[in-house]
Amino acid sequence: MLNWANFVSQCFNGLVLGALLALISSGLTIIYGTLGVLNLAHGAMFMLGGYAGWLAYEYSHSYVVAVVAGSLFVLVAGIFLERTIIRFFYGRPPEDQILVTFGLGIVIVELVRLGFGSLSKSVPAPEWATGITSLGFMIYPTYRLAVVAIVAVALLALYVLLYRTRLGMIVRAGIEDAQMVDALGINAYRVFMVVFGIGAMAAGFAGIVNAPVAPITPDIGGDILVQTFVVVVIGGVGSFPGAVLGGLIAGEILSITSMFDPAYSQVMLFAAMTLVLIVRPYGLLGTQGRA
Amino acid sequence: MDYRDSNDPPSRRRILQAGAGLAGATLLGSGFPLNALAADKPALGNYPAGTSGSSVFIGICTPRTGTYAAQGEDEIKGYELAIEHLNSGNELMHRISPRIRKGVLGKTVKYGIADSEAKPNTAVQAQSRFISENKAIMISGSVSSAVAVAINKLAEREKVIYLPCITGSNDTTGKDCVRYSFRQCFYAETAANAIGPVLVKNLGRNKKIAFLTPDYTYGHTVRQSMQDALASLGGWTVATNQISPLGTTDFSSHLLNVANSGADVVININFGRDAVLSIKQAKQFGILDQMTLVMPYNTPFLAKEVGANIMQGVYAGTDYWWTVQDRFALAKLFNEAFFKKHNYMPEWGANSAYMQVAMWADAVERAGSFYPVDVIKAYEQGKTVQSTVGPVHFRPEDHQLVRPVIIVKGKKPGAMKSADDYYDVVEVVDGGPLMQKPDAFGCKLGSYT
Repeated sequence: MLNWANFVSQCFNGLVLGALLALISSGLTIIYGTLGVLNLAHGAMFMLGGYAGWLAYEYSHSYVVAVVAGSLFVLVAGIFLERTIIRFFYGRPPEDQILVTFGLGIVIVELVRLGFGSLSKSVPAPEWATGITSLGFMIYPTYRLAVVAIVAVALLALYVLLYRTRLGMIVRAGIEDAQMVDALGINAYRVFMVVFGIGAMAAGFAGIVNAPVAPITPDIGGDILVQTFVVVVIGGVGSFPGAVLGGLIAGEILSITSMFDPAYSQVMLFAAMTLVLIVRPYGLLGTQGRA
Repeated sequence: MDYRDSNDPPSRRRILQAGAGLAGATLLGSGFPLNALAADKPALGNYPAGTSGSSVFIGICTPRTGTYAAQGEDEIKGYELAIEHLNSGNELMHRISPRIRKGVLGKTVKYGIADSEAKPNTAVQAQSRFISENKAIMISGSVSSAVAVAINKLAEREKVIYLPCITGSNDTTGKDCVRYSFRQCFYAETAANAIGPVLVKNLGRNKKIAFLTPDYTYGHTVRQSMQDALASLGGWTVATNQISPLGTTDFSSHLLNVANSGADVVININFGRDAVLSIKQAKQFGILDQMTLVMPYNTPFLAKEVGANIMQGVYAGTDYWWTVQDRFALAKLFNEAFFKKHNYMPEWGANSAYMQVAMWADAVERAGSFYPVDVIKAYEQGKTVQSTVGPVHFRPEDHQLVRPVIIVKGKKPGAMKSADDYYDVVEVVDGGPLMQKPDAFGCKLGSYT
């Protein structure tokens, strides 16, 4: 029998799960869309944001400092990786790019494990967002509500950056036709560097914002990476709105399926991806032939 | 030895050496295991290839990454301490079994470590390498029961003794039992039978349970055993059973189902990081303020990771908790040795690893040979060994250690006397009477050769 209170709760929870997935996926999708590099180190960026933020929290005991430090650290780390390694792979075949980013992900995870061990680390939720909020139809952890708001603001900021700035225009043009952007005399490589940094930062920001929800461990990025790929495939590779839509759909699938039988929630997620690949191979909001 | 040597008649020097060896053997008297000198056993597994030198090799494979990484590292600390103690002839080893002297049958123990990622395939590959390349005479390690039952089969096929470490499933020494494997930690069924009466006594009758169950052999068998035990002991019923895959990071949708289920007690079977995350998130969802949390098969480091605030009052079944040193002298020795090295009190993964190595050394010494059949038969004699939780012995029919179950209860943060003092030991329940018949879960041991 369908329990309506539970159904509404799960729908709402799907939104919360989806918001975070949307943010991480948008980072992955703008990197792929612009640079053509499938960044398998994206999960490691998510984890790195968590650890950098946790470290900052240990010293400052401030949530805001943790979030800012975590995000900025991953931005810098992303730019550093792009300059030292990734840029040498733009002209190489996709399998080389996949191997190098996959390898980078392993190195980063193992370095963090070497430094901080395998036990999980926690960042507590900020004072103003601890406890439980009653929404009438359900009670819900206050911090998870805050996460939706925080992620919504972050997604809005990304939207403004991509659709309302000159940089964004170049990025979007690059997604459509990178050669033409080059031909117009724009230094695409500098743009690539910034895009990689911002894409990584989106994951890092999500990593530290999620830390009070799920304590961080060196491996935490692995599962996120898989789900993020599913989201990007559902939404359309390289499409920012697609990543947001895909994230929300994935969140709802995970949450609502688990109401009937949680053992099937991952299965349903992949089933949905398969369905999308059959019906619209380029994703819900993707464009045929892109990337 | 080159070609000419082997064809030469025995030199005077060689004859003298042999004579000295014989005299030595006579001097050592009847206690000396004569089997060690007899090379009349057929080749089997890595015998004699792995035992012909001055050392023997143990292959250790535990998860060092993934959900169970912290527990895998814990086991490694136990293995390393045990091997160090064996090779140096430490007093603790000697107290566990007076037969253990220095090394095993006079041979130094060497070891290799591999990461299983808690995945059966990875573990089988790694242990196969240890068996074929390093000629491992014994292999050990597990946090996931799925890995333990997979390596059970490998051990049986390769005729190499396997000692699983952490594995709670009823299958490990039940339907997937093998002649070549011996389990130190208890059956899920034994844990349920031990903690069940404590729960009914303290929490009352006719409660409704919400299970949080990891989706593999360990989770399902613990859930079944707990459900059966509590139904018959106190008329408890199941309100919901929330199954999650190994490595779940977000339990929110499971927890919403629990919150809406009307349960009184949350029995959380998750292990490793899954346990940590599910408990922390249950707290965030306000579930632990309304329902009582129970951990039937407690995970090492849980209290350290979720904090005493959440763990206070929580009942848990465990293999070892360091404060049993008040009752068992060997636990005190073990704790001291471990603390000296790692600066915290050991958890049960390390203890289990240590005891497995010690009991193996005891069995080999009693067999007087590394020949697998002799070692297995030595185990199957069911000889009592002193352990860190008192006297224990292996049951020959299913290769399961007969041992107590430790029931603990989380302390209030204010009542903790040291940083590691998270639990009170409520009861040390004698495991023997709680154990089902050896074949109740379908154990049929394979052949020796």
